[in-house]
Amino acid sequence: MTTTRRDFLTAATAAAGAAMTGDLSHANAQGHDHEHQAVPSDLTLRVKALESLLVEKGLVDRPALDALIDTYEHKIGPRNGARVVARAWVNPAYKQRLLTDSNTAIAELGYGGQQGEHMQVVENSPKVHNLVVCTLCSCYPWSVLGLPPVWYKSAPYRSRSVIDPRGVLREFGLELPEDVEVRVWDSTAELRYLVLPERPAGTEKMTEEELAALVTRDAMVGVAKVSLSQSGSPA
Amino acid sequence: MNGIHDMGGMHGMGPIRHENNEPVFHARWESRVFAMYIALSAWRKWNIDAARHSREVIPPAEYLRMSYYEKWFAGQVDLLVKSGLVTAAEIESGVPAPGTAKATPPLTADKITVEMLANRINASRNVPVAPRFQTGQRVRARNMHPVGHTRLPRYARGKVGTIERDHGVFVFPDTNSQFLGEKPQHVYSVRFAARELWGEQASPRDSIYINMWNDYLEPA
Repeated sequence: MTTTRRDFLTAATAAAGAAMTGDLSHANAQGHDHEHQAVPSDLTLRVKALESLLVEKGLVDRPALDALIDTYEHKIGPRNGARVVARAWVNPAYKQRLLTDSNTAIAELGYGGQQGEHMQVVENSPKVHNLVVCTLCSCYPWSVLGLPPVWYKSAPYRSRSVIDPRGVLREFGLELPEDVEVRVWDSTAELRYLVLPERPAGTEKMTEEELAALVTRDAMVGVAKVSLSQSGSPA
Repeated sequence: MNGIHDMGGMHGMGPIRHENNEPVFHARWESRVFAMYIALSAWRKWNIDAARHSREVIPPAEYLRMSYYEKWFAGQVDLLVKSGLVTAAEIESGVPAPGTAKATPPLTADKITVEMLANRINASRNVPVAPRFQTGQRVRARNMHPVGHTRLPRYARGKVGTIERDHGVFVFPDTNSQFLGEKPQHVYSVRFAARELWGEQASPRDSIYINMWNDYLEPA
């Protein structure tokens, strides 16, 4: 096991060393010639080796790792944001608080907190469409939407959302009329954005819970609208 | 740094690949990398800005090839060694150095709550700093090219925008990432007309909002 672990961690060191020195050839020489593969096959083992080392040194607690994963897989996700949106749709006073003091309004529903990242909720209307991106890394409102999807973290989305937002939206199947104003929010600081989508027509008789089920993650990032035909899948 | 991570406005990255019913993690190793990062951050040996920089310094060709959590893994090893939590020798051997006392992890399962996680990153500072700019004021993003970490995207440098909102006082990433102090200062939401950034090809109606620290701005 030790030999195996040494091998895999050495590869990780090589990558980190290359990162520190900018020595790309070094990393390539250490088995990083996997351009044809999305995920190198030895990554699983390298991560396991690091975890074992950290546990043996007492730097991380394994049950804590399990609890963190369980929390982000089951307790924090786009359903949280959907409930915030639905509340704003049915309660004008809540909506006002949400737009002016987003952190406090979100905390009312039990998500987020006063000491964390600052939230700003931006409202879509027939004349304004908001789109959220992080061009520099992948900042995303974890407390209300959970962890970001791969496309949000990808180079195509990060690079093009600011220069061609209408083209990006078209790729998501959303064609905006010329007279709609597009506002792109580049998350460069510790401020996170949640888009408050337009409430679709024909939902006047729906309950708050039924409305929440209509709200999708994509609509809260701004790459989609909420429609009655959509079911409330996390995507 | 003028790195590959600063990709706003670049072309040629290909189509956006949307996945329906996407899982939170696509493989177990991704979830372990993610959780290790959160758990190790509790040692407070680095900060969010230093962690972001550890991924930015991955060489450009590698950066583009690696998946998101692969970049986190490479950055994590870098942070562990630089902070001294783990030695390079231990990374090479895969086992703790002989004779080292076993530490006690600061983050245990009982401490993990939704609220704790939401409050984990607190970059705002309740200190009196006079704002230099007012809402509605025209400002220019400075034409600066620091070699270290910065949150001023290249596509905005030298461009003129309008202060839309003062978000209050926050830690300054450029110094904080290098452990040179928090240098707390105002962060403003600045609106840039899309045409100011991209010229005639952009819609005259559209705009880009960028959060800018005081030190990134000068009066226009």
